[in-house]
Amino acid sequence: MAQYLILIYENEDAYVDASPEVLQTVMEAHTRFAGQVGEQGGKLLGGNALQPTATATSIRDDVVTDGPFAETKEALGGYYLIDAPDLDHALAIGKLCPAQYGGVEVRPVWDTSGG
Amino acid sequence: MLAATARVTRDLDLAEECVQDAYVAALGAWSRGGIPRNPGAWLTTTARRRALDALRRDRTLRAKLPLLIDPGPPPAGDGPAWPGGTGPDGGSGAGWAAEGDVIPDDRLRLVFTCCHPALAREAQVALTLRLVCGLTTGEIARAFLVSEPTMAARVTRAKKKISAARIAYRVPAAAELPERLDAVLTVVHLLYTTGHTAPAGNDLVRADLVDRAIGLARMIRELMPDEREARGLLALLLLTDARRDTRADAGGRLLLLADQDRSRWDRGAIDEGTALVAGALRGGSPGRFALQAAIAALHAEAPSYSETDWPQLLQLYGELLRAWPSPVVALNRAVVRAMVDGPEPALAEIAGLERDGRLAGYRYLPAAKADLLRRLGRNAEAARAYQAALELTDNAAEREFLSRRITEVSAG
Repeated sequence: MAQYLILIYENEDAYVDASPEVLQTVMEAHTRFAGQVGEQGGKLLGGNALQPTATATSIRDDVVTDGPFAETKEALGGYYLIDAPDLDHALAIGKLCPAQYGGVEVRPVWDTSGG
Repeated sequence: MLAATARVTRDLDLAEECVQDAYVAALGAWSRGGIPRNPGAWLTTTARRRALDALRRDRTLRAKLPLLIDPGPPPAGDGPAWPGGTGPDGGSGAGWAAEGDVIPDDRLRLVFTCCHPALAREAQVALTLRLVCGLTTGEIARAFLVSEPTMAARVTRAKKKISAARIAYRVPAAAELPERLDAVLTVVHLLYTTGHTAPAGNDLVRADLVDRAIGLARMIRELMPDEREARGLLALLLLTDARRDTRADAGGRLLLLADQDRSRWDRGAIDEGTALVAGALRGGSPGRFALQAAIAALHAEAPSYSETDWPQLLQLYGELLRAWPSPVVALNRAVVRAMVDGPEPALAEIAGLERDGRLAGYRYLPAAKADLLRRLGRNAEAARAYQAALELTDNAAEREFLSRRITEVSAG
């Protein structure tokens, strides 16, 4: 098993304008996703939703500035850390990850345990 | 008072409401029982109670923002006490030390929160005016020439970030203090320079902004008496502002330092500023505000423009450039160098700054260059440089001055 990070990139404005019903649907989709990871032979190790990029602070060369590292239309809004046997499994899980206003990026975690 | 209340609620909007509530309550209570010995403390106590009440009522709010209340007991007793200071410890939210909890510390905490580097500079300035100075959003919008909804959105967004990202409401610990204090002083200085020469409009000086900035500098200096740069900033602002009334003639036309009536400079402000400079320069290498104040003091003490100690000024600018390697400082040093070594070497330095490119769009670069060219009798080049400066300013007094110069060199 190897670890993968699923990064969820979505258009933040879509959530600002979303109705309570839509938000409810999204919440349910994420709850469902948590169950599906195991069905796909993976394991959910953790994950979180992030506050909007308006709350972000960036640091370059010790200089602290207001805002995200890069201004993009679709911003990192949350992540899951999963265990999966290989990339194909991780991608299958990534496809199930809710991200209706954007998409996800699947990145293998660098194993530094030396094993 | 807002500061003290914000400490309890950790929510600036709620704090503002509670402070409003306290004023309303005060009007009722004071008309019945007379004004208490210390109205400020009374108001703070009342606002805090209301904040705590509001928080107790609103459990959802508490669930949403788990850090709303500092750990610690609610206030006990109701004497309008005004205790002496517990020092700013920068500790980990140790709660309030005692009833009344040292108002000056709270104001300092509020300043550091408003000027936190994780907030954009324009948001720092707006928040400081809104929350520390108590200006309305409309007043701030007018001062910075943006629409009121734009300014309201800027302030709201900044408040949200403070809450969501959990920007600490405290005076920074010693290790980070120099950098954080520099950010605070920079905001106050920016406020002053915006008022000193308004970026647009008919008035050269925006007195309201200038007075706010000096008030803030004075407050910070009183709250942090050991910080030499806080002392330096207050000195700089006082010494610069001492010349306020002489910077334009009766018709509102801009007068340069050489042409100002020195007998009308504010002696009281100069004496206070000069005394502060001495302390700001003492002990270790001085910071940029102390050095700028020293420069302003040398100008203030000179009996006339021609009797100014230019070599000493040149040396101070050299030190300032080392402490603060900014192209603006380099430009100023070049102007002073012209007084010591003549216009040619100064023009060479300015040419270097033009190639550097960081001052592109900075109106004082072509203006300084034009002045040196004019002194050399290179009138055609001077006219072109004055024209370049003219195109970069929207201030009516500055535009009038530059137009006048263009006419002079074109006729000569």
